[in-house]
Amino acid sequence: METLIQQVVNGLVIGSVYALIALGYTMVYGILGLINFAHGDVLMVGALTALQTMLFLMGVAPGMSPVVMLTIALMVAIPVCMMIGFTMERLAYRRLRNAPRLAPLITAIGMSFLLQTLAMILWGRNYHTFPQLISTTPMQPIEGVFVTPVQIFIVVASALIMIGLTLLVNKTRMGRAMRATAENHRVASLMGVDTNAVIAFTFVIGAALAAVAGVMYASNYGIAHYGMGFMPGLKAFTAAVLGGIGNMGGAMLGGILLGLVESLGAGYIEHLTFGFLNSSYQDIFAFIILGLVLIFKPTGLLGERVSDRA
Amino acid sequence: MNELVSAVPWLGKRNPMAARWLIIIIAIAAPIIAMQFGRSWVRILDFALLYMMLALGLNLVVGFAGLLDLGYIAFYAVGAYTFAFLASPHFGIHLPFWMVLPLGAAFAALAGIMLGFPVLRLRGDYLAIVTLGFGEIIRIFMLNLNYPINITNGPQGINAIDPIVLFGWDLSRNLQVTEDISIHSLYLYYYFFLACVVGSVIFIQRLQISRVGRAWAAMRDDELAAKAIGINTRNLKLLAFSLGATFGGVAGCLFGAFQGFVSPESFSLMESIAVLTMVVFGGMGNIAGAIVGAFALALLPEILRDVAVPMQQTLFGKVILDPEVLRMLLLSLAMILMMLLRPAGLIPARARYAHPENLHRIVNK
Repeated sequence: METLIQQVVNGLVIGSVYALIALGYTMVYGILGLINFAHGDVLMVGALTALQTMLFLMGVAPGMSPVVMLTIALMVAIPVCMMIGFTMERLAYRRLRNAPRLAPLITAIGMSFLLQTLAMILWGRNYHTFPQLISTTPMQPIEGVFVTPVQIFIVVASALIMIGLTLLVNKTRMGRAMRATAENHRVASLMGVDTNAVIAFTFVIGAALAAVAGVMYASNYGIAHYGMGFMPGLKAFTAAVLGGIGNMGGAMLGGILLGLVESLGAGYIEHLTFGFLNSSYQDIFAFIILGLVLIFKPTGLLGERVSDRA
Repeated sequence: MNELVSAVPWLGKRNPMAARWLIIIIAIAAPIIAMQFGRSWVRILDFALLYMMLALGLNLVVGFAGLLDLGYIAFYAVGAYTFAFLASPHFGIHLPFWMVLPLGAAFAALAGIMLGFPVLRLRGDYLAIVTLGFGEIIRIFMLNLNYPINITNGPQGINAIDPIVLFGWDLSRNLQVTEDISIHSLYLYYYFFLACVVGSVIFIQRLQISRVGRAWAAMRDDELAAKAIGINTRNLKLLAFSLGATFGGVAGCLFGAFQGFVSPESFSLMESIAVLTMVVFGGMGNIAGAIVGAFALALLPEILRDVAVPMQQTLFGKVILDPEVLRMLLLSLAMILMMLLRPAGLIPARARYAHPENLHRIVNK
């Protein structure tokens, strides 16, 4: 029983990080129909930038309170990622908007590896320890179940961000422009929406979410390195597809569900396969789910779009 | 061959016959020239030929049938591991090369069909991600199937794989022609691989102009229209996956035997992407493109390694960009810039199949 509750807690934590990343995928896909393969690597840049800022602050002002330090690190990481998102869109994806469908995808893969390589040049190949600014001393709300303050912080912060984003999309002028552009570019631009600005804005918001998610992800696992963005990126994509790509509520739901499945799966796979497979197979759950969803319900749980839109 | 001939700068258009002979001479003389720069360069050429086979196979899937496969290296892995299982001390089985090669190809083809079935209905970008996931699953299994039963020997990989033996003639030993003239083993492998590549090219060329090849082109350009004129797209997709996989499997067998050692490290996503970049760089849907792309992108990083590292040493006093970083930088930039500046690749596919992208655009509007 304790294992079950513990795995559900872990699943919720990692699931809310996935949900944040998945939102970035789904917003860009909803508007452009493009899988921004490099999204996971924006996350990595966010985490490493935050790490660098923290190390700098620790050197300059060792007595600074951890919360302030974390806030400053985020305030640096978010604009850096926003810049990257904006630059990618402006320099590469915008020119390929009318190109055959494989071209933007291949470019996005190239972008992903380019970002990884640049990070490798700047930060090296080593794994860096990510400073644990929020306490990681576990608490035991229930006997045998451990929850750390970092985990609580992650869940609360992502819930707040998701609420904020929902408000942004549904209540503001920009949000309305985004929905209109997603519906139909040309008609939206005929109605006076500056679609280029809207698309750039979407990329920038997605990148900001990725920066926050990156800091969370790195804080949760306590490490950061140049290749860290790949797996969460793929999993978040799976989450977005599971929830119905292009649908924001779906991305949130899909992220949480995927987190739960993965962590429960990793907890129980050894029993289920009689010890043949163990928790090192954790990563295959996301791919299996992705395959199953695309075969049996390609629209996802909440989505309406069909998968073979060419 | 004709495409390759006309791609030779200057000479190709003026004197195709001379260009043809030039290519043949270069192909034959390449290892001898490379030997002047050191034995490792012949080895690099051998690997370039393996990459050519991979690029040819992937080009079949991506270029001809229009299915973007990001997990292609998995079939290479299946081939290599099949060879490692059946011809090494790991299980104590030592089957002859001629028996293992078809088995490796068959297993890879089977893996191709296994991948093909679930993704039949997917198109474009979804297909890419699912195939990527497939490649990762294969890699995760290779890494972890050493417990509780040791099948793949985990991250350490499998050692001491048997070399290629053709009719009792061991390619890993230098061939003794006379008392003091011997042909180095690396040459033997080179010419054997060259023969394999030439065979593949002939096969694929015939395939491209066959009924199947034309049906693939139709499917790639407009799946709906292809279905409407009676093309069985399901079987054609499965055929593309399994045939492409077969090439990967054969190349994998050759790789395992040549290197004598396989480990999951050689089959990372980066390798899939590298092969894809070769196809994209050379020109999708074009045999000459696959060959030139593979040749250029297999050699360029090695040349950079030889040039850039000493250059950095003299300029900055230390190595800032190590060769592996340079290779990744080169591949990712090649991919992005190619798509932005010359989407049809270095050697665009012939007019007969040209500009499916424009066709697509007209149909969509």
